[in-house]
Amino acid sequence: MKVFIYPTNSLILSDLVERFGHEPLAVMQEISKRVNTPGLDSPPMNITPEDPKIGLKYAAVEVPSGVRGRMALNGPLISKAEAAIIVRDPVVSFGCMGCARTNELVNFLIRAKKIPILDLYYPSSEEEAKEFVYKISQFLKSLGKEEKK
Amino acid sequence: MDNITKMIVINSSKVLPSDVVIKLYESNADVMIKETCFGVMVSGERSVVDKLLSETRKIDPYGIFIKERGFAPGEPNRCRATRRGGARPGFHMLETEEKLLPQIAQGLRALDKGEIPPLKMKKKKLELEKLMEIIKNAEVS
Repeated sequence: MKVFIYPTNSLILSDLVERFGHEPLAVMQEISKRVNTPGLDSPPMNITPEDPKIGLKYAAVEVPSGVRGRMALNGPLISKAEAAIIVRDPVVSFGCMGCARTNELVNFLIRAKKIPILDLYYPSSEEEAKEFVYKISQFLKSLGKEEKK
Repeated sequence: MDNITKMIVINSSKVLPSDVVIKLYESNADVMIKETCFGVMVSGERSVVDKLLSETRKIDPYGIFIKERGFAPGEPNRCRATRRGGARPGFHMLETEEKLLPQIAQGLRALDKGEIPPLKMKKKKLELEKLMEIIKNAEVS
């Protein structure tokens, strides 16, 4: 099953989803498609002026182009998602490395899709980490059962 | 042909990136391998890379973590050597999550042993009466 992960470039979530036999939908796949095309118009990530136009599918025209450009990467992943694992308030998405409005929009769109979602927080202790891994494994196992039905 | 790049992040007391690189070379697969400070990057055809890395994970299942990478190793637009140093975008995420990897490894060990973690009690919000009482007690008469 295709599982959307948030943060979209998370190593831990991507690894755990793959480990438990599902396909993670991560932003790296979308970037890979862009940068491995023969002509690179706008390095490094090849986000061209066309991308904010693609983002119009997800956000209105008055929304900043940065949000729409990011949605051109995240949107196709959301549309492919059959389930989602979301870590709430990841520290790394705060500040200049993230975009709060895009994060809100991604969370809204994934919840509006009515697919199985697992909500978590990043662990801060060993006990919490055990619970974190256990919950993810149980969630992914239950998805496997649904698919077999 | 669908080419992908995957990065192996090693957080193990038993395995070094150089050990993994030797194992990868031994496999004689048609892939490009680059050893880095955090682990190894492997680039090649999807089916070959996936098969090779699922075998590599078995060296230390609790110390090897794998994710896909958008850029190929040594990509001039992203490589620090051609961009005059500095942290590459994506480094901060890796740095944040690497701190959690030992705990995640403990979680995976516990899962394999069949441990079921006790469910946490949800924290209740402070009731208004209780808060009023605290304020009253704290007031200096």
